[in-house]
Amino acid sequence: MVAGHNHKLSPVIVDFTEELSDGIYLFGFRRNFDFIAGQVLGIALEENGPRRLYSICSGEDEAHTKILYNVIDEGYLTPRLSDLEAGDTLWITEPRGEFTDNLNPAVWIATGTGIAPFYAMLKSGLGSNKTLIHGNRFLEQFHFYDEFEAVLGENYIRCCSGEHDERVYHGRVTGFLEEEPELDPSLKYYLCGNAEMVVETRDILIQKGVPFHQIISEIYF
Amino acid sequence: MREKLFGKTLEELTTLTENLGLPSYSARQISEWLYKKEVSSIDEMTNLSKKARAQLSASFDLGTSLPVDVTESVDGTKKYLFRAQNEKYIETAYIPEEKRNTVCVSSQVGCKMGCLFCMTGKQGFQGNLTAGEIINQYRSISEWKALTNIVYMGMGEPLDNLTEVLKSLQILTAQWGFALSPRRITVSTIGITPAMLQFLDQSEAHLAVSLHTPFDEERRKLMPVQQVYPLKEVLKEIRSWDFGRQRRVSFEYILFKGFNDSPAHVNELARILQGIRCRINLIRFHPIPDTPLESPDEATIKRFRDKLIAKGITTTIRASRGQDIWAACGLLSTKKMTQKE
Repeated sequence: MVAGHNHKLSPVIVDFTEELSDGIYLFGFRRNFDFIAGQVLGIALEENGPRRLYSICSGEDEAHTKILYNVIDEGYLTPRLSDLEAGDTLWITEPRGEFTDNLNPAVWIATGTGIAPFYAMLKSGLGSNKTLIHGNRFLEQFHFYDEFEAVLGENYIRCCSGEHDERVYHGRVTGFLEEEPELDPSLKYYLCGNAEMVVETRDILIQKGVPFHQIISEIYF
Repeated sequence: MREKLFGKTLEELTTLTENLGLPSYSARQISEWLYKKEVSSIDEMTNLSKKARAQLSASFDLGTSLPVDVTESVDGTKKYLFRAQNEKYIETAYIPEEKRNTVCVSSQVGCKMGCLFCMTGKQGFQGNLTAGEIINQYRSISEWKALTNIVYMGMGEPLDNLTEVLKSLQILTAQWGFALSPRRITVSTIGITPAMLQFLDQSEAHLAVSLHTPFDEERRKLMPVQQVYPLKEVLKEIRSWDFGRQRRVSFEYILFKGFNDSPAHVNELARILQGIRCRINLIRFHPIPDTPLESPDEATIKRFRDKLIAKGITTTIRASRGQDIWAACGLLSTKKMTQKE
C-alpha cells in the first residue's frame, strides 16, 4: 500500500490479550509514544498488510496502550486479531485524530466498542462534568461501568436493548434520547459508534434543539 | 447462487477458463462478449464451443441486470434504480448535457461516512457493491452507448470500497474491457488519505475531493471523516502528487447559507489551495428531510464563484439537474426503502 509518511507502521509486541465478553476483546502493548485521549491508531498484522483504525482505550499516562474491539465475522482484521497471543508482533501507525475533548461540561454518547475513546478520556482525567450515555445489547457488555460510575455517578446512563435490569434504561440510546424532555443546547455532544447510530442520534439531537455545530461525531468505518 | 461473469477481469477469466479446461484463448473471447458486444446470455457467446458454453452455464451467470425502475426529469435527467443485495436499492443517474452525457454510479449500498448533508447516510451501511455491480450501472442503462463520462459520485464512499472500485476502473479502461479513457472518469472521495494515495497510484482516473469548508473546526461538524483524515493532510498529499498534464483534481463545495459562504471562506480556500492546479465545483444544496442546513440564494452563490475566480481559482457552479425526480443522491432509494418497510 502506498502511504504518506505519517501512515508509516512500527512494530509493537502484544503484552496481553483478553476476551472481555462474547466476541469483545481487549489487548495491550507497552506505550512508547504520546497521544491525546480520543485519538486512533492504524493497526495491521503485517508491515504491508491491510490496516484498520481503532480508538485507543487507555489513559494518556498509562504504561500500556490498550485497544478494544469486537470480532466482525466477515471482517478481515478482527477475526485474526482475536487469535493474537502475548508475545506476538503487531504493526501500528502513529496516533492520529481530532476526536478529543477538554475539561468543559459535555455529553458523551457511545454504543458498543464506541466506548473506547471515552474510556481513554475518563482515564486521562476528563470525566468530571461529563454525562455518558452508553448503549449495548447485553448487560455483560458494559465492561467499564464500575469505573465510569465511580467518577460520573448518576451521570452515567446505561441503555440495554436486549436485557432488563432495574439499574439500566431498557432500550436503545436513541430511545433514551427521544424520551428526554429537554437537552441542553449549550453543551457539546460527542458521539462514537457505527454510522447508523451516529446519524440517527445526530438527527434526534438536532430535532431536540441542539445546534449541529455542537455535535462532534466519530464513526467506525 | 451461481457466480457472475460480468465484473471479472481478464486475469480472473483466464483462471476460471483454465480451471474448466477450456482453451487459453477463450478468456479473451469471453471478455469481448462481456465488455465489447451485447449479449444477454452465455449461450449467445457463439464463438465458444457448445460444450464450453454448457460448462460455463453450469457454474456461472452472465451477471448483468436491468434497472428495476426509472424516473425521468423534465430536463432529461434520469434516475435509475437497481436492485442490490438484501432487497435494498442503489441509484444511478443519467445526466445528458449539450456536449456530454454522464452516468453517476454508486459504489456502496448506503454509506458509513455519516456526512450531515447527505441522504444516503441516513440509510446506514448495507454493503459494498462488487465491481460487476458498479459497471453494470454503466452497461445496463439504455443510453450506455451515448455516454461520454462516468462519475463515481452516487451512493457510498468509493474509496471505502477501494478493491472493487479499482477493479471496476480496470475493466472500464483496459483494452480487453470497455477501453474507455480514464480521463472520462472521475472518482469522488471525502478524503480517506491512505486509500486516496492507493487510488492515485493504481488508476489514471480524475480525482474529486469533497471539501465543503476550508476550516477544520467547521468541517468536523459536517463530515466525521475530518476527525481521522483532516483536510490539511489530504491537501498535503495532493500537493505532493504528480498529476501530470492531463489528470485533474477538483474540489466539490456544497454551499450552505450562513455557514460556509462568507468572504472569509473564499480567502481561506485561496490560501489552502495555493500551489494546487485544480478547479472548484460549487454545488447548490438540495435540502433533505430534517436538515438544519439551507442553500444560499443565487446571488450569493454567484458572488462566491466570482470571488474565487478573482483569486485565480477556476470555479464553476454545477447545474442543478433532476430536482423534480429526487435526483439528489440517496433520496430515491431511501423513498423506495421506506415504501417497502
